[in-house]
Amino acid sequence: MKRFAKLIQQLELSNKTNDKIAALVDYFNYADDKDKVWVIALFTGKKPKRPIKSALLKYWAIEITQTPEWLFAESYANVGDLSETIALLLPPAENTSDFQLHKWIEDLHDLEGKDDETKKDFILNAWNKLETQERFIFNKLISGNFRIGVSNKMLVNALAKQSSLDSAQIMHSIMGKWNPYEITFHELINGIHVNTDNSWPYPFCLAYALEQEPEKLGDIAEWQAEWKWDGIRGQIVKRNGELFIWSRGEELVTEQFPELHFMIDVLPDGVVLDGEILAVQDKQVLSFSTLQQRLNRKTISKKQLDDAPIVFFVYDILEYEAQDFREEPLSIRRHTLEQLIGDLDESPVMISPIINCSSWEELADLRQTSRSINSEGIMLKKLSSHYHSGRKRGDWWKWKINPYTVDAVMIYAQKGSGRRANFFTDYTFAVRDGENLVTIAKAYSGLTDKEIKEVNAFVNRNAIEKFGPVRTVKPELVFEIAFEGIAESKRHKAGLALRFPRILRWRKDKKADEINTLEDLRQLLQSTL
Amino acid sequence: MALIEFTKRGIYCKQGNFYVDPWWPVDYAVTTHGHSDHVRFGNKYYLCHTLTKPIIKRRISEDLNVETLEYGESITRNGVNISFFPAGHIIGSAQVRLEYKGEICVISGDYKIEDDGITTPFEPVKCHSFVSESTFGLPVYKWQKQEIVFKGIKNWVNDNINQQKTSVLIAYSLGKAQRLIKNLAGDTPIYVHNSIANLNEVIIEAGVHLPKTIRITPETTKDELQKGIVIVPPAMRDSRWIKNLSHPVTGICSGWMQVRAHRRWQSADAGFALSDHADWPGLMEAITATGAEKVYVTHGFTAAFSRFLNDEGIEAAEVLTRFGQEDDEENKVDLAEQNENK
Ligand SMILES: [Zn+2]
Ligand SMILES: [Zn+2]
Repeated sequence: MKRFAKLIQQLELSNKTNDKIAALVDYFNYADDKDKVWVIALFTGKKPKRPIKSALLKYWAIEITQTPEWLFAESYANVGDLSETIALLLPPAENTSDFQLHKWIEDLHDLEGKDDETKKDFILNAWNKLETQERFIFNKLISGNFRIGVSNKMLVNALAKQSSLDSAQIMHSIMGKWNPYEITFHELINGIHVNTDNSWPYPFCLAYALEQEPEKLGDIAEWQAEWKWDGIRGQIVKRNGELFIWSRGEELVTEQFPELHFMIDVLPDGVVLDGEILAVQDKQVLSFSTLQQRLNRKTISKKQLDDAPIVFFVYDILEYEAQDFREEPLSIRRHTLEQLIGDLDESPVMISPIINCSSWEELADLRQTSRSINSEGIMLKKLSSHYHSGRKRGDWWKWKINPYTVDAVMIYAQKGSGRRANFFTDYTFAVRDGENLVTIAKAYSGLTDKEIKEVNAFVNRNAIEKFGPVRTVKPELVFEIAFEGIAESKRHKAGLALRFPRILRWRKDKKADEINTLEDLRQLLQSTL
Repeated sequence: MALIEFTKRGIYCKQGNFYVDPWWPVDYAVTTHGHSDHVRFGNKYYLCHTLTKPIIKRRISEDLNVETLEYGESITRNGVNISFFPAGHIIGSAQVRLEYKGEICVISGDYKIEDDGITTPFEPVKCHSFVSESTFGLPVYKWQKQEIVFKGIKNWVNDNINQQKTSVLIAYSLGKAQRLIKNLAGDTPIYVHNSIANLNEVIIEAGVHLPKTIRITPETTKDELQKGIVIVPPAMRDSRWIKNLSHPVTGICSGWMQVRAHRRWQSADAGFALSDHADWPGLMEAITATGAEKVYVTHGFTAAFSRFLNDEGIEAAEVLTRFGQEDDEENKVDLAEQNENK
């Protein structure tokens, strides 16, 4: 556990990808094999068995330290993490322990079904032989996530470097279905499990934002242009008579989208399709908020199916005739796709249409109409490109339309969480409505550290009222807020809500009486309906 | 009638007609220590500890009118007896004890309990009312013994030297820098930024023993620095100068480094929880030892800390002050602001 504790500390402190990878490689070189499996599991979001509720951990920590509940809450607000708050509050440990990570996980697993007294004894005993950093990790094993800025890609790169295996292969292996309690490190990184597993998806190919003039990309004839949609990126996998739907969050969402189950009869075995799930009615793509009604639900009602019908827009084909098809050029993949499902027209699966343009100017004009069809802009994919794992510069670009903007004044501020637990970083903004100010958006800071400090000092000096962690501040600071869309909303006093609001910049040059009005936003809303 | 009141200029003793650590200019400013949030430009007279005098003259202006006291010494102003006791915060830091007609009030400024090896250690003073900071007034802030922290810093430095990296420690010029120098002195040479070297000179001249350090000049080579320990003030943190060193790695020494969120927020390569302020048990210990009936909590987690004291049966009130911004950058801003408002 000490080694893992050290790894976490190194990962948290380094800002550079190379340093993080070096720390991971170092860890994989020396750590116990069983521990390594668990580290991969934890970093890719697989959770060990958690036989103890975090509320109990908190309760026991409060009990043995005799901390009043409110003071615990204050401490938590400052630290920003429950596991860490508990680790710091506890008195220093009286013993030490050389227990390895996987031993702790197995022991925790064995607590399943035991009574609370036994669990409590185990936890208190553990706390008393772990140092603060180890305790923090131990608590995280029971109640948290290891979100420490290690992407799957980074992890895979470290594993590839350490094992000299192919990174794409490792990515497959760790993204598939495997049980960290059973698999060995060797089996895992060599992908022994994935060949027999019907469900595994491929890593998504992602695009960078286009920051240059499209003309610089060369001849438009070498490019395929499609609309960029704002939905849920997903993969449909059909192998050995089974159908699976994966979302970009690497979650299986097969049950959530019964409309797509007919594909089990349409697709031959050994096919994987990449695409986007969108809410669509009468061939019109609806806003993301409509699609949202369908997400994160265990069961789907008839009403939800009727209110928010979905379509899977197919972008690409990654596997065909049970062969990895990703090394084929896009032109061939697209052709194959059209042959395979080109005639599914009236069904909830359709191929993402290609925008035919003979010049970049013509495409630029069309891009300006994106919003009228609820698209976010244009995707540019090189016809000769392979389907890459993850993000790679050069072959795929997203050419988004500029966001909408509004000038608004800050009226509330709230402290952030995590690394920003001590700064006011979450702000609520308002526009003018006659004599009044009406709230239109809440946004986390898109400001620089220096600006945050400045805003923080302003909040400290100009707080009018306190409501728990929220401060009402003098309406003085004006910010330009960017957003992707606008929708009617009964829940909001303004009668409308902004989608993806974020701070574009601090308008130090503007005074609070120069901000936009609610009427401005209403007009915008009317124009998008 | 209470001995002190909190006015918009600062902590005021009406009976004696003087202020303690005022933030606007006054006639007579009793000064707990040389940090910029506690002593400001523009007062007619200053009263501070003997060791603080050369520090504030160097930091603020040579023209200040300064009277001094040793620890345990006292003077009387308008019938109010003023005496100084060690606060253990930084060199020259004093708790100010006021006595008038049997009523005793202690204004502690900033303080810490642990003996840091260079500052005269904190001494509790019995009083009726006590003014306390609460910079780290939450129970998650509990310091490790400094030996352990310094061992960690030394290991970090040695690893860096072996890996051809340059160790840069970020520390306040006044206080933290001297504490580091005293406790890290050994075989590895210590290189200090000008602002620290200047203060060191003054401190050594005043009779404090400080281990030898080397002032960084344009002639100092990157190679020398790579094999040593570099100490610079916070204002230098994101400077090009550091970026140009050979594989620089920065370490921040501050109590805030106890918490991961702050460590990450600071985006340093290493964080060491080393503070010149009392931790939670330290605050509790100090306050209990004074036997005070009433505690005023100034800067820090004032709300939580005063609520806790009240629940424990010690009457406490939160007061709004302008203490608590010891940042070298803030320092400049404050001075500018004050000059404007004169
Ligand atoms: Zn201070
Ligand atoms: Zn202070």
